[in-house]
Amino acid sequence: CAKKLDLFPQNDLTPATAYSTADGYKNVLAKIYGGLASTGNTGPAGSSDIQGLDEGSQSPFIRGFFNCEELPTDEAVVAWNDQTIHDFHDLKWSSSDPFLLGMYARPIYNITIGNEYLRESTDDKLASRNITGADAESIKESRAEVRFLRAFNYWVMLDLFGKSTFITEDDGIGTFLPKEIQRPELFSYIESELLAIQSDLAPAKTAVYGRVDQAAAWALLARLYLNAEVYTGTAKFTEAATYSKKVIDAGYALQPDYRKLFMADNDSQKDEFIYAINCDGLKTQSYGNTTFFVHCAAGDDHADFGVGGGWYGYRSTAAFASLFTDLTGETDQRALFTTSAFTPSPEQLVINNISDFNNGLHVNKYVNIRSDGGAVSDVQNNFSDVDFPVFRLSEMYLIYAEAHLRGAGGTDAATALEYVNKIRYRAYGNSYGPGEIGKLSSADLTLQLVLDERGRELYWEGHRRTDLIRYGLLTSGTYLWPWKGGVSSGTAVDSKYNIFPIPAANLTANPSLTQNAGY
Amino acid sequence: QDRVVSGKVKDAKDGQPIAGASVLVKGTSIGTQTIADGSFQIKVPATAKALVISYVGFTQQEVAIAGDEVSVSLVSASTSLSDVVVVAYGTRKKTDLTGSVVAVSAKDFQKGNIASSEQLLQGKVAGLQVTSGGGSAGGGSKIRIRGGASLNASNDPLIVIDGVPVESNGIAGSANLLNTINPNDIESMSVLKDASATALYGSRASNGVIIITTKKGVKGKVKYNFNTQAAVGTVANMVDVLTADQIRAIITEDAAATGLNTYKNLLGSANTDWQKQIYQSAPAFDNNISASGSLGKNLPFRLSLGYLNQDGVLKTNNFDRLTSALNLSPKFFDDHLSVNINVKASKTSNRFANEGAIGSAVSFDPTQPVFADNKFGGYYEWLQTDGKPIDLSTRNPLGLLYLRHNTSSVNRVIGNVQLDYKMHFLPDLHVLVNVGIDNASGEGNDNTDSISATNYKTAGRFQYYEQKKKNTLADVSLFYNKDLKEINSKIDVLVGHSYQDFLTEVSNYAAFGQDGKEIDGTAPSFATDKPRYRLESYFTRLNFTVQNKYLLTASLRSDASSKFSKENRVGYFPAFAAAWKLKEEFFKTSSFVNDLKLRLGWGITGQQDGIGYYSYLPRYSQSNATAQYQFGDAFYYYLRPEGYDASIKWETTTTTNIGLDFAFLNNRITGSFDVYEKRTEDLLSEVPVAPGANFVNKITTNVGNMKVRGFEFTLNTVPVRNEDFSWDLGFNVSYNKSEITNLLKNQDPNFKGIDVSGIGGGTGNTIGIHAVGYAPYTFNVFKQVYDKTTGKPIEGLYEDLNRDGIINNDDRYYYKKPAPDFLIGFNTQVTYKQFSVGVAAHGYLGNYIYNNYNSSNGVLRAIKNPINFIGNASTNYLETGFDNNRYLSDYYIENASFFRLDNINLGYNVGRVFKDKASMRLAASIQNVFVITKYKGLDPENASDSGVDGNIYPRPRTFSFGVNLDF
Repeated sequence: CAKKLDLFPQNDLTPATAYSTADGYKNVLAKIYGGLASTGNTGPAGSSDIQGLDEGSQSPFIRGFFNCEELPTDEAVVAWNDQTIHDFHDLKWSSSDPFLLGMYARPIYNITIGNEYLRESTDDKLASRNITGADAESIKESRAEVRFLRAFNYWVMLDLFGKSTFITEDDGIGTFLPKEIQRPELFSYIESELLAIQSDLAPAKTAVYGRVDQAAAWALLARLYLNAEVYTGTAKFTEAATYSKKVIDAGYALQPDYRKLFMADNDSQKDEFIYAINCDGLKTQSYGNTTFFVHCAAGDDHADFGVGGGWYGYRSTAAFASLFTDLTGETDQRALFTTSAFTPSPEQLVINNISDFNNGLHVNKYVNIRSDGGAVSDVQNNFSDVDFPVFRLSEMYLIYAEAHLRGAGGTDAATALEYVNKIRYRAYGNSYGPGEIGKLSSADLTLQLVLDERGRELYWEGHRRTDLIRYGLLTSGTYLWPWKGGVSSGTAVDSKYNIFPIPAANLTANPSLTQNAGY
Repeated sequence: QDRVVSGKVKDAKDGQPIAGASVLVKGTSIGTQTIADGSFQIKVPATAKALVISYVGFTQQEVAIAGDEVSVSLVSASTSLSDVVVVAYGTRKKTDLTGSVVAVSAKDFQKGNIASSEQLLQGKVAGLQVTSGGGSAGGGSKIRIRGGASLNASNDPLIVIDGVPVESNGIAGSANLLNTINPNDIESMSVLKDASATALYGSRASNGVIIITTKKGVKGKVKYNFNTQAAVGTVANMVDVLTADQIRAIITEDAAATGLNTYKNLLGSANTDWQKQIYQSAPAFDNNISASGSLGKNLPFRLSLGYLNQDGVLKTNNFDRLTSALNLSPKFFDDHLSVNINVKASKTSNRFANEGAIGSAVSFDPTQPVFADNKFGGYYEWLQTDGKPIDLSTRNPLGLLYLRHNTSSVNRVIGNVQLDYKMHFLPDLHVLVNVGIDNASGEGNDNTDSISATNYKTAGRFQYYEQKKKNTLADVSLFYNKDLKEINSKIDVLVGHSYQDFLTEVSNYAAFGQDGKEIDGTAPSFATDKPRYRLESYFTRLNFTVQNKYLLTASLRSDASSKFSKENRVGYFPAFAAAWKLKEEFFKTSSFVNDLKLRLGWGITGQQDGIGYYSYLPRYSQSNATAQYQFGDAFYYYLRPEGYDASIKWETTTTTNIGLDFAFLNNRITGSFDVYEKRTEDLLSEVPVAPGANFVNKITTNVGNMKVRGFEFTLNTVPVRNEDFSWDLGFNVSYNKSEITNLLKNQDPNFKGIDVSGIGGGTGNTIGIHAVGYAPYTFNVFKQVYDKTTGKPIEGLYEDLNRDGIINNDDRYYYKKPAPDFLIGFNTQVTYKQFSVGVAAHGYLGNYIYNNYNSSNGVLRAIKNPINFIGNASTNYLETGFDNNRYLSDYYIENASFFRLDNINLGYNVGRVFKDKASMRLAASIQNVFVITKYKGLDPENASDSGVDGNIYPRPRTFSFGVNLDF
């Protein structure tokens, strides 16, 4: 009878069968990429990768990253009552925050499955499974992509939590207690990985859409170096400029219409995207990928977002609105704030009651509508086709400009100005606007301008918190915005909020982890 | 020469005459039956020596014919002290029990219109909690014995029906698998509470065992029983909501204050009581007929047919059940071979009401009419300017009910064949083979009409589903009984082997629109799935009785489960019990003390239900069609490594029990007292994993300990007992306290616990916590600050409990818990001549509820919904005046102690009717008569472990009338 007790589920695979073919490897690779777009194995929800948290709001990457990067800043506030969500804009989160628990878990999960892939795709393993020739070569190349994704997920940890659980393919799976890596060491690890995989990745602009190539590694290096001083205390602006320039010179081009970058068919804008997280309304369903973007700011005007109904939750503040001289989008076309239900009038911008969705600046940036007028994948208009651009060319231009202003070697003012003006030119309708009001002179190019320009160009793409920290503005009293620190006029908060706390549950589960100062 | 013998037959317990009892002259086919007053007259041949008196539910009795008059007192078949009680793998005389076992027989069951068998036990057994999930027709209950010993594993007791441990997980299409058993076929239910009673069920016994024994055929003339019952369920209470006029006043006032007419413009002029709209008086009919006796000479049988049709008080809800049970119990080879065949077949049909209507009805704007001229079936809906429904608005409750047709049917056959062979060469030894099946198949159609505002985007939604469960059991056991006269002792030994296989067959189907088009994303990845698990066991038990004073029981079971790896597969579950019959020792001759027995029991049981079938195995699972990733133009399914715990095993519970059974004054005072402690180790709990160590961040593994302590006291008395008048009074009380004593492998003083108890409102909000030192599901809340002068809670103001100047998640504290401290059961029965009146009640003390309805709906935001429609609010809004939801305030934790009068029943024994061919009884009852509580919500009795009350399907108050005929 003993044998009768060995049972295996009908529809699952043993690890040996999962990796018995090259297709199996590709399906696991899809999971590692998809860890940033989906929340589990059942779309939109049902078999979550992350347990014990709300799959829609707490374990997705894009939504969680947005909550951490945008909600604590002038760019976003939320009206809902979901657990501790108000603590983000209030800048008063605690180590027991469930959203942070999810945001710690997500990158680490992605890293864990990436490590498993690296363990299972060694030359020895491939040979033992009789995978040879082109299949084996393709799998080898994918190893570099997995290492990039691992580096990207570690960068998220570095930026948000200032340190991380540290696991590589040398660790196994079980009940061991992984070690912790501190910020400078983690910085070095990410840097060394990205430098090391450059040669293994496909040349820039050659990877199939959705997969990464050399340019993605350079773009992440540029972003990493731009913030090196925050991360390690040592500035690396020269390197930031170097790697942003490498991307810029790789042949990417700004696309003519800013709005089209965030529409349902924005894969057509791929010449500007260095790496985007692909979402599809039918096949990559999640409540926390760009589906979140096209709903969270929508209300009765949901048709303007291309969805069947709004979630009535997120808006922006008057402080952010002040970056634009004209909120109608008539001059700077990036001001995507007017919908059928909301016009950005001065009264509209005032948030008297943070729980009243009708107050505040409404952001209509992401829309599940195709620029070519075609039908979106999900005929019910529930899930979004919009891909989430992680790295866009304009960020590289702005990194170059800021690095130059911060004294990067090998850069020049004319190039910096040219790069920023390229962005402005597109923003003003490929014309610099009436009387060339959009065009900057060299005198205009200041660090403050770059920060503001980043706000205008990259808002709601997950940059603002990192930017405000780099400029020393997130927690200090230098720059206040409505409801900063939970006060309607804004207030300074403790500088500990520049880094998120390590979730208490993780400290419990792993005594090797340590808490950030002040929490 | 013949002579006439007359006599009277009474119930030994209460002296009540028994009508319809069969009186047979021994060795002949001459017989008669007693009439209403219990009397009979029979002509007997001169040679006759004795009469055999029998009646269903009572032990058959033989009386010698001494004179012309005989008086017979029949003893009820399962409650009498001399009687046997069904225990694990066998029966035992009640006086010889060493474990904590309570048997309840049919005549003591809860009365009235009861569709599901577990509800027969409500309030009847100390330490047993039976809580219906609500009032839905055929709905299920939460059953807890001594509060449960597990956290994430199942806390449900094991259910054994006629020796077959049955499916515990339910099946698609059934609200409750226990409703497939007709309560009319049940003879008795044994509740096994302590480990010494349950340990023979090993790895499934930690939360107690309920053994259901169905009625058997009785040898003799075929007798028939017919009973019919008509009932009507009514809604006794509805949720307190604001009236249309109150809503109009609030909105108008608000518009004046804010100067904004957005909401005022939405007001309607109707006065709709939505709750009245969705509820109805619900009829139910229950008809049962059974025949029992001998077929031919030697084949005792019982055959029954039952048909129940019951509407729910929520419109469109219906439960329909056809049952049949057959029992054959022939004996062969001079009674050396006893065969017992049971087949219970049922077909249940459900129409599930869309219970979302309950929530909609309390929150739908009462100023709006029920009907409107629109394309959504004519049901008023909140529409956008483009004529489509507002996505997140409340839906018309009647539209929810009538535009969804959710039906299912479940067929179930539970059958077993028991062959009990007493060895010819060694009659002390017998072998029992028990082969059983429990096959259930459920299928259903959950269809929403294309004009429904819920699914208009896909032109409705038509979903078919089916699932089959095929469980098989094969037991072989050897019994050896021996009187050791030399040492005045008895020994009985059991050795057995059991094999059980649990197979589920799931078929998956896509959903379609009413237009026949497959709805995108609903195509299943796999057409079928066949989860399966198996259990192989050996068990042994030794009962040793010395001088009829000292009783010893020792048992051991080993279970091997396919849910665990080879290394951890086998678990051993021992138990020991001893009892000392103080009556025999000290009061042997006393007529005052009828029974006095001290019991001591100790045992280890396990739990493995409620965890995955394959959680020890490393495996990869494939995603479904809506979870893929795009590389270039192609999409790729995900292959995901699943988290696993290679070393997962049983959780084990060690139970110690001390009990005292007593009976005094000619058994007019009987009862028992038990004190127990259960300690669970290797608790199967879902705990955080060190991030990066596994493919999951939480895993169900063996970590943690829990301690449960309590006592139980049962007292049954007969204050009055005489010819015409008797009065029974029963009472039980139990106290139970559960505490989590550890949850971690690595101790951490800062560990707060594991969040549990999701609530309605917001996303991901939880109100409870499993924390060390506290009861499971303890509430974890903010401490509300109140206005000193008005006493009202101040909105959004909580105490800064950790005094760090910031009110955040770290300021939540542990406050109260959902489980009751005390359970109380009460029942009494008064019989006067042909009349009887009975009352049954139960109550809880010390249980708390999170009033999720008030926290969601007791705010202005519920009326002025931020997405621009109007809703209704709880009257609680008038007390708090809160604008916004304050979900996590302790203000919403309420004391839900209660006392519920479950049942008042009246009986009238008509006696012989239809020209003396039958005897008739009439019965009437009211169920759910009233509830006394301070709780402000609809019903303080909450079936969830988490104690979150989001408005249940109201439990109906049911009036029923029944006629019972024996012929």
